[in-house]
Amino acid sequence: MPNPSHRAERVSAPEGSVVFEADVLVIGGGPAGTWAAVSAAERGARVVLADKGFCGTSGATAAAGTGVWYIDPDPALREAAMANREKMGGYLQDRRWMTRVLDSTYQHSNRLADWGYPYPVDGRGKSQRNSLQGPEYMRLMRKRTKQAGVTILDHSPALELLVDDDGAVAGASGMRRQKQDRWTVRAKAVVIATGGCAFLSKTLGSNVLTGDGYLMAAEVGAEFTSMEFSNPYAISPAFGSVTKTLFYGWASFSYDDGSVVPGAASKGGRSAIARALLEGPVYARLDKADDDVRHHMRVSQPNFFLPFDRTGIDPFKDRFPVTLRLEGTVRGTGGLRIVDDSCASSVPGLYAAGDAATRELICGGFTGGGSHNAAWAMSSGAWAGQGAADYATQVGPAAGRTLSSAGAVAFRSRSRRAFAPAALARAVQAEVFPYELNYFREASRLQGALGRLDAAWRDVSEADAADTSEIVRARETAAMLATARWMYRSALARQESRGMHRRDDFSEQDSRQRHYVTTGGLDEIWTSARPHAEAGYAEAAE
Amino acid sequence: MIEVIDGERCTSCDICVNVCPTNVFDKTDGIPVIARQGDCQTCFLCELYCPEDALYVSPFADQAQPIDLVALKQTDSMGSYRRAVGWTDETSDRRGVDRSYLLFGH
Ligand SMILES: Cc1cc2nc3c(=O)[nH]c(=O)nc-3n(C[C@H](O)[C@H](O)[C@H](O)COP(=O)(O)OP(=O)(O)OC[C@H]3O[C@@H](n4cnc5c(N)ncnc54)[C@H](O)[C@@H]3O)c2cc1C
Ligand code: SF4
Ligand code: SF4
Repeated sequence: MPNPSHRAERVSAPEGSVVFEADVLVIGGGPAGTWAAVSAAERGARVVLADKGFCGTSGATAAAGTGVWYIDPDPALREAAMANREKMGGYLQDRRWMTRVLDSTYQHSNRLADWGYPYPVDGRGKSQRNSLQGPEYMRLMRKRTKQAGVTILDHSPALELLVDDDGAVAGASGMRRQKQDRWTVRAKAVVIATGGCAFLSKTLGSNVLTGDGYLMAAEVGAEFTSMEFSNPYAISPAFGSVTKTLFYGWASFSYDDGSVVPGAASKGGRSAIARALLEGPVYARLDKADDDVRHHMRVSQPNFFLPFDRTGIDPFKDRFPVTLRLEGTVRGTGGLRIVDDSCASSVPGLYAAGDAATRELICGGFTGGGSHNAAWAMSSGAWAGQGAADYATQVGPAAGRTLSSAGAVAFRSRSRRAFAPAALARAVQAEVFPYELNYFREASRLQGALGRLDAAWRDVSEADAADTSEIVRARETAAMLATARWMYRSALARQESRGMHRRDDFSEQDSRQRHYVTTGGLDEIWTSARPHAEAGYAEAAE
Repeated sequence: MIEVIDGERCTSCDICVNVCPTNVFDKTDGIPVIARQGDCQTCFLCELYCPEDALYVSPFADQAQPIDLVALKQTDSMGSYRRAVGWTDETSDRRGVDRSYLLFGH
């Protein structure tokens, strides 16, 4: 049973808002946030977790489910697993971090088994642990989070961070959107686990992921990295939301007239699909799957079949139209820069985990979807939770600290011009969805998009504060706008093609650019190059 | 997008109001209402949590689809996702049959 003294304390609430006192506040309740909350509570911290939606159903994992980078601790297998995606990632991974994540994922997955996750058993009696069903996994994580004594605030989007006089992060506040009032959590450390930013593209489960944590962190001066690697597009039926791409490995892709799209494939040929979609509709049929594979597909990922079963399409026999939906930093690798092994960000008191943090350390510049992201979410979540709990012990008593709100855009009354979130969302999407801007990049097109996005930022910075009914949408769309600007500024800075970042004007990988691109800022966006650990050593040795 | 709540099956337990990640439903004195259909992200999770199979999410993500509830109830669509993942008493043996490990690496 949780020790009641370890529960976060609800303190006197000013009119119209509820206030909690905690050691650690976790923002976001997907896998990263729940692992962070459980791990911080196990260190003795009083923890509050606030989620925009419902902790257990919200976020990319709950809706989609994930393959997991779970590798038995056999040195040869581990070596092969690390080497596997190094080339695709443009050699930007870090072996030490890969090793840590593989160890930690192995341990955490085994804990899930102890907690009762129903892992399947194969024909030889071995429990198979490299896949997690989303709803099942996140229902279990919610239960464990509660059992750890964490106070969960559902339907409570965070809007802004609180800082103390020294600029250290000391809590956050947000809306309770089903109660129409505000919440405030005064905490000694904060973990940002708000997931990535998928720009409201309706990729599965991701419309809650608008980059809110990035915006909040940027307002206290946090840095980002690898934001140029944020343009993965996922295949789905043209009409639907189920962007699960694994099974398209068994698909043939064709034009309207039935002829094959040359080079098109889910893996290693997705750009051919994008180019064909620029010309007209593209169709898929999973005609390479034999009866056994079809059976495994059905039992393994039932939601993949909902769009087909409910429209009378037999995806193995019928051709159906497909599209590519942008997944931004959800299956990209950019995010908050991690400065040490505890997943601290560059700002005191602020930690980052999951898709809110960079995954460059284990993925480099290629997508972490398919296995790495899930491994990163549980590993970085646990490290960030522990790191935040330890930091909170060092901070000492919170009493007497004066805190101020760090939120700026959509909070300041600047003019009589109203903040128009719906229009802003469409304006950002018009710059980030088109394949010719974001999939296939080129300097003048990027500069054109950036010019329009920067103008939009000046515009919203001068707009009036959003009212209670619009504030969540206003902050979400401002976060999308900021994310798009870090993404394209970083894309301009990387004058080569590497990982998922492709430049029409620099189509080759350039060995002199084996570095990371750091970025940050809101009114003025800056970028700078940071050496990759190994590349740095190599140069020093030359 | 979410299209219907079947008033005959719904027991007004409000679970869907709680679990919908994008806050599409509103509580009422009786059956919840679909208050913000345009915010629905077509994740099908309300269907999984509804104990009465009273909800139907159409697979069309970008536009609303007219639904004939009487005809729909004659198909096995309502509750089909919940049965498929093993979240009903009759199908709970399906919870541990994930065969993804046979499909990865293709
Ligand atoms: C279709 C699809 C398939 C995928 N398949 C795989 C796979 O097979 N393998 C793999 O490794 N990865 C996969 N991924 C990626 C993987 O799902 C993510 O990397 C993972 O979910 C990240 O976990 P997270 O906890 O960081 O974020 P999420 O699971 O997205 O959770 C973020 C949480 O933060 C909350 N939140 C957001 N903003 C706020 C706010 N302002 N205040 C409070 N809370 C907030 C959200 O409501 C949500 O609950 C897939 C992604 C998609 C979209
Ligand atoms: S979960 Fe189902 S039964 Fe409960 S209120 Fe919603 S629709 Fe009605
Ligand atoms: S499908 Fe998802 S977003 Fe839509 S109403 Fe159901 S739970 Fe909410």
